[in-house]
Amino acid sequence: MKKVKADPKGVLTGSHYLDGDYALAEGALAAGCRFFAGYPITPSTETAERFAERIPSVGGVFIQMEDELASIAALIGAAWGGKKSMTVTSGPGFSLMMENIGLACMLETPLVIANVQRGGPSTGLPTLTGQQDMMQVKWGSHGDYKIIALSPDSPQECFDLTIEAFNLSEIYRVPTFVMTDECVGHMHEKVVIPPAEEIELVERKWYTGPKNEYLPFKPDKDMVPFMVKVGDGYRFHVTGLTHDERGYPVINAECQDVCVRHLNDKITNNADKIIRIDEDQIDTAEIIVISYGITSRVTTRAVRKAREAGIKVGTIRLITVWPFPEKRIKELAKKVKAFVVPEINYGQVVQEVERSAAGEAPAILVPHCGGWVHDPDDILQAIKEAAR
Amino acid sequence: MKKEDRLEERNPIEDFLRMDRIPHIWCPGCGIGTVVTSFAEALSKSKIDLDKVAILSGIGCTGRVAGYVKLDSIHTTHGRAVPVATGLKLANPELKVVVFSGDGDIAGIGGNHFIHAARRNMDLLIICVNNFNYAMTGGQVAATTPIGGNASTAPYGNFEYPFSLPYLAEACGATYVARWTALHLRRVTKSIQEAFKKRGFSFIEVITPCVTLYARRNRLGDGLNLLKYYYEKSEIQHGADTRTVDISFQGKLIVGKFVDKEKPTFLDCMNEHLAKVLGDKYQPYGVKND
Repeated sequence: MKKVKADPKGVLTGSHYLDGDYALAEGALAAGCRFFAGYPITPSTETAERFAERIPSVGGVFIQMEDELASIAALIGAAWGGKKSMTVTSGPGFSLMMENIGLACMLETPLVIANVQRGGPSTGLPTLTGQQDMMQVKWGSHGDYKIIALSPDSPQECFDLTIEAFNLSEIYRVPTFVMTDECVGHMHEKVVIPPAEEIELVERKWYTGPKNEYLPFKPDKDMVPFMVKVGDGYRFHVTGLTHDERGYPVINAECQDVCVRHLNDKITNNADKIIRIDEDQIDTAEIIVISYGITSRVTTRAVRKAREAGIKVGTIRLITVWPFPEKRIKELAKKVKAFVVPEINYGQVVQEVERSAAGEAPAILVPHCGGWVHDPDDILQAIKEAAR
Repeated sequence: MKKEDRLEERNPIEDFLRMDRIPHIWCPGCGIGTVVTSFAEALSKSKIDLDKVAILSGIGCTGRVAGYVKLDSIHTTHGRAVPVATGLKLANPELKVVVFSGDGDIAGIGGNHFIHAARRNMDLLIICVNNFNYAMTGGQVAATTPIGGNASTAPYGNFEYPFSLPYLAEACGATYVARWTALHLRRVTKSIQEAFKKRGFSFIEVITPCVTLYARRNRLGDGLNLLKYYYEKSEIQHGADTRTVDISFQGKLIVGKFVDKEKPTFLDCMNEHLAKVLGDKYQPYGVKND
């Protein structure tokens, strides 16, 4: 993994008052993203607008495509052309991207997709918040694959985690998602952008061996294959069909086994290195509240009140939602009375908590169907009931 | 002497193919291979730097071309080769990016991408092999099936109006539009050579036989019969008004180079416009030394 400093051209060093959507764009520019293809969709459009405004003086391309199918397709082309590339969308556009998210996974293509989530299903609540695409980001395209998804809880984290998303996508050659939501996307807060030399980036894992020996899908020791770019004379082939290390299609169960296991194990076996969670007062906790994104900020108030009432509450904030910290949850399940899982959906990540807890402790959902954040008292109520 | 060293055994286009993937999957009598031969000849005659040519395909019989041609190649999803090509071209403007795909891929599922890439005058070469049906899936009706043509999902014959692809391409802004049949091998080669030299959205349609499905369902005979049909019914009309080049069932085939004009590309327009508006703040993109 070759580390490099950020190119100062893209880094707007200073202290700013930005919304989450703008911070996503600034994070991308700081991370060296020089290709953005997008399609307007509320509540994510401001990211595309910001990128379109900023990129001409940084040096790169913004293109508004004809739809989200084309946006993600263009990202794949740009990534294989050597660029760091990004798009942003929300629920309906995210659904349209599913087809080529599968292709990006199959081609092991580094790229970043931000989803500023809104209430669904279908057109749902264009202007109001939701966290309802958390399972779609994991399973939405057909077939078995694994991705990385991060969940920022503030505009500052929209900036920070977009940079991290680019780094993870390059390290693991995998599409990486920044799963934010309308609340964080439209929330204005202070965002501190450090000097370029303090922003550490990971360079793509370029292949440097003999030209005729390049194999686009041969796993290296860390399971991640090396990459080249189109135009460098390798005359390589990549396909969305099940393929061997050469990238040639092989249509049988044996090759499928190798190919699909690789796509999944590459992330699963590196999960400990990828996963980031924030824990608070876990050691003494009887109840642990697990949340992510905007809901973790609402949780803070509920937890404070619960502690005032004498309940021993710990919190886990998922910074990476996928891969999921299942080992940690499994370990804690043996020590705690219950997990409380508030999320702005009708029960998604809670299923993963329940699975990881494997019957050792219940996982209590505090659902919210979207449109607004939880009332902290609803989370408090669930904590109290769990502690009883 | 080893077999591969014997001159007479070497096909001149072998250098342009991934020979370790041959034999290909196409049926005897299919026209796709002949279009690939023309493409390889055009590559050879154009003397362009093969390292800087990329080929992308979508899904379908013609979608397999990217896998056989020995260039940097991406076999994408159904209909999406054009937007992937757009991203690739914009990421690395020095590339010559070719999309080689079928009528279902380009004009059916990928129709929206096709018209928008043409509208933007994206610097791409689109080679569309039109066999009037969805062949990989067993001969279903397509957006190009002539009225009256029989297909497995139009078992009583097609009654939908088909697209006339050259007309569509020109209307959307293509700067080079040609149509040939699989019989016009040298002319296809020449068209591809011309298109290689052009900057802008180039579109070449090649009508080809689908012996196994379309021809059999419609009792049109074998590959030779179809080539005879192309020979008898095709009429070269360079510069023909694309509004007049519709294809009816087994009717006249108007072929030729219909459009060949110059127009600034997407990147030309972007660079010129942003430089005008932003002045020195703007650094032109994709020109040498970028």
